[in-house]
Amino acid sequence: MKAFTEITARVVPLDRANVDTDAIIPKQFLKSIRRAGFGPYLFDEWRYLDRGEPEMDCSQRPLNPDFVLNHPRYKGAQILLARENFGCGSSREHAPWALDDYGFRAIIAPSFADIFFNNCFKNGLLPIVLDASIVDNLFRSAVPGVDLTINLAQQTVTTPDGNQIPFQIDPSRKHRLLHGLDDIGLTLQCADAIRAYEQRRRREVPWLFPGSETAH
Amino acid sequence: MTGKTLYDKIWDDHVVHTEEDGSTLIYIDRHLIHEVTSPQAFEGLRLSGRRPWRTEANLAVADHNVPTTERECGISDPISRLQIETLDANCEEFGITEFRMSDRRQGIVHVVGAEQGASLPGMTIVCGDSHTSTHGAFGALAFGIGTSEVEHVLATQCLVQRKARNMRVVADGVLHHGLTAKDLILAIIGRIGTAGGTGCTIEFAGSTIRSLSMEGRMTVCNMAIEAGARAGLIAVDAATIDYLKERPFVPKGALWERAVAAWERLCSDETSLFDKTITLAASDIRPQVTWGTSPEMVLPIDASIPDPSRMLDPVQRASAQRALDYMGLRAGTPLEDVSVDKVFIGSCTNGRIEDLRAAAEMVRGRKRAANVKQALVVPGSGLVKEQAEREGLDRVFREAGFEWRDPGCSMCLAMNADKLEPGERCASTSNRNFEGRQGYGGRTHLVSPAMAAAAGVYGHFVDVTDL
Repeated sequence: MKAFTEITARVVPLDRANVDTDAIIPKQFLKSIRRAGFGPYLFDEWRYLDRGEPEMDCSQRPLNPDFVLNHPRYKGAQILLARENFGCGSSREHAPWALDDYGFRAIIAPSFADIFFNNCFKNGLLPIVLDASIVDNLFRSAVPGVDLTINLAQQTVTTPDGNQIPFQIDPSRKHRLLHGLDDIGLTLQCADAIRAYEQRRRREVPWLFPGSETAH
Repeated sequence: MTGKTLYDKIWDDHVVHTEEDGSTLIYIDRHLIHEVTSPQAFEGLRLSGRRPWRTEANLAVADHNVPTTERECGISDPISRLQIETLDANCEEFGITEFRMSDRRQGIVHVVGAEQGASLPGMTIVCGDSHTSTHGAFGALAFGIGTSEVEHVLATQCLVQRKARNMRVVADGVLHHGLTAKDLILAIIGRIGTAGGTGCTIEFAGSTIRSLSMEGRMTVCNMAIEAGARAGLIAVDAATIDYLKERPFVPKGALWERAVAAWERLCSDETSLFDKTITLAASDIRPQVTWGTSPEMVLPIDASIPDPSRMLDPVQRASAQRALDYMGLRAGTPLEDVSVDKVFIGSCTNGRIEDLRAAAEMVRGRKRAANVKQALVVPGSGLVKEQAEREGLDRVFREAGFEWRDPGCSMCLAMNADKLEPGERCASTSNRNFEGRQGYGGRTHLVSPAMAAAAGVYGHFVDVTDL
C-alpha cells in the first residue's frame, strides 16, 4: 500500500451532505475486474453532461461546467473537502479506488460512513474528521482556491495563513498508513493465535466447523 | 454488575488478538462472495501466492449482474459476462462452493445465505456488500466490507476491526393491518437519519420486532446500513430456531441440540447498557414513502412533499431542494398524487416469499394501470421463485400485467439490463433512492411490497390500509 506522510495540495470544496458511493462511482463501472482505471469516471453523473458507460473515452465527453471538480481553479486538487456522512451507501471499494486514481490523497469532512472510512485506509487515502464549524470555515476559505498542508506524523492540517488544525487518528491506522504496510502480512504474523483460536472454537462450537480441514 | 449486550457477547467470542489502541483481530465464521467485489481480491491472493485460509467458510453466488430473462441464452453484455465467468473460474481454482447461474439455488447472496441456513446465530458473517447486515436477523454479527477486506478474510479468516458502540432501537406495540417490516425500518430511518447509527451496531428490540417473522426481521436488519450502522442485530428466539431447523447448512442431530442450547443465550442481558436508545410506538406508523434521494427523506403516505424553504438548517435545505429538483417534485404535492412509470418488486430487502405474497394479494384480480409502463417482480432466489410458482403467485402477477422474472439484484442497482430511463419514476421495494441508483436520471421511491404493488395497479401512490 502507498504510504502517506505529508502533502501540500489544492483543496476542492464539494458542498453536499450525504454523498453516497453510487455518486462517487456509478454501478456500471463496477463491472470491471481490475483495480485501476476508475479515475475518469469519478462522480460521473455530476461531472459529465452525458451518460457514462464503461470503457468510454472521457476526454471526448461534454463536461458539466457547474460541477466543482471541473472549475479550473481546482485543477490538480488532491484534497477533497466534503460535508456530513461522506461515502454512505454501498461498500464498493471502487469509490476510494476512483478517488485515488483521480489523484486525491485526503478527504476532510465532519463525518464519514463507516465502511467507506475503513476502505480509505486500505488504499493510502487519508480521511480526516474535523468539527463541523471548522469544516464550515474551510469551505469559506477554499472557494477562491487554496492549498492546505496535511502532516500525518504531526496529525495537523495547516491553512495558508499558518493556522494549524489538529486531527485524531487511531495509532495503529496511523502507523500502517505512515509506513504503507500490508494489512494481510501483518495479520499473518498472528497465524499461531488464529490457529489456537480455531482449535478452541472447534471444541466449543463444533457446528461452526463442519468438515474441519484447514490449509494451515 | 453490568451485563453484556448481544453485540458484546458475539464480539467477545470472536476476539483473536487485541492491540493496545483497541484495534482487534476478530475471527470470521462465514464469508459470502459475489461477482462484483471479489475479482480484485482473488487476483490479490494469486499475486501474493496465498490460498484461502479455510475454504469451507466461503459460499459464493453471482447476483448483481445476472440477467432476469432468457437466461438460457447467456449474458449478452460482454463486460458483465466476464465478471461472472471470473467468479466461476476463481471459485473453481480455489475450491469454493458456488451456486452458479444455472443452479436452482442461485439468487441474491443475502436471500440465499439465509435460506440455506448458512447464516447461523452467534456467527460473524461478512460479505463485500453493505447489505450483509441482513443476516443480523439471526442474532449474528454481520456486516459489509470492501474488497481489500474480502482478500484479507480469504487469506486469514480474520479482520482487523474496532468495536462499535451499542445502540438499541426499541419498537413496541402492534403495526396497523397492511403495514410491514419495511414501513417500520423506513420510519426508523426517518427518525434517526442516514447517519443516526454511524459508528454503532444497532440491536432492534421490543414487542413489534419480536412479533415479526424471520423474513420481516431480515428486512429490518437489511436497512440498518441505511441508518448508518454497519450491523443490525435481533436476539435469538423460538422464531429463529424454527426458521433454521433442517435447512441444508444447519447442524443436524445431537449437534443441532447442542447448538440450540448455546443459541438461547444470544440476547442482551437485562443489566446491559446501551450508549444510545431510541424508542418508537408501532401504532404511530403509517405506510411510508420516500420523496427524495436519501432514505431519510421519507414520509407517511398521507403527507405532502415538504417545502425546503421552511427548513432551518442550510445544509439540509440545500439537500432537500436538490432532491426535489432531481425527483421532479413540487413542495406541497400530496404523496398520493404522485404517479409512477414503473414498479420494482424484489431485492435483498423485499425479495422473499412473504414479500411476494403481500404484493400478489394487492394485485389479485386487478390490472396494471395504463400509465405504468412496466412492473417487474424479481424473486430473491430460485427457491423463492419455485415456492411462489407452487402457490400460483406467478399467474396472479402475469394476469395483472406484471412481469415474472428470474432471480437476482436486478433493478435495485441496475447493473444488469433492468433499469429506469432518465426521468422515469419508480415505486420500488429496494433499499436506496440515491440519484441514478436504478438507472441514469431515474427517480426512486422506496416503499413496501404491498405499497409498490398498489401503485402499479392504481398508477399512483395509495394508502394500502384504506384498501
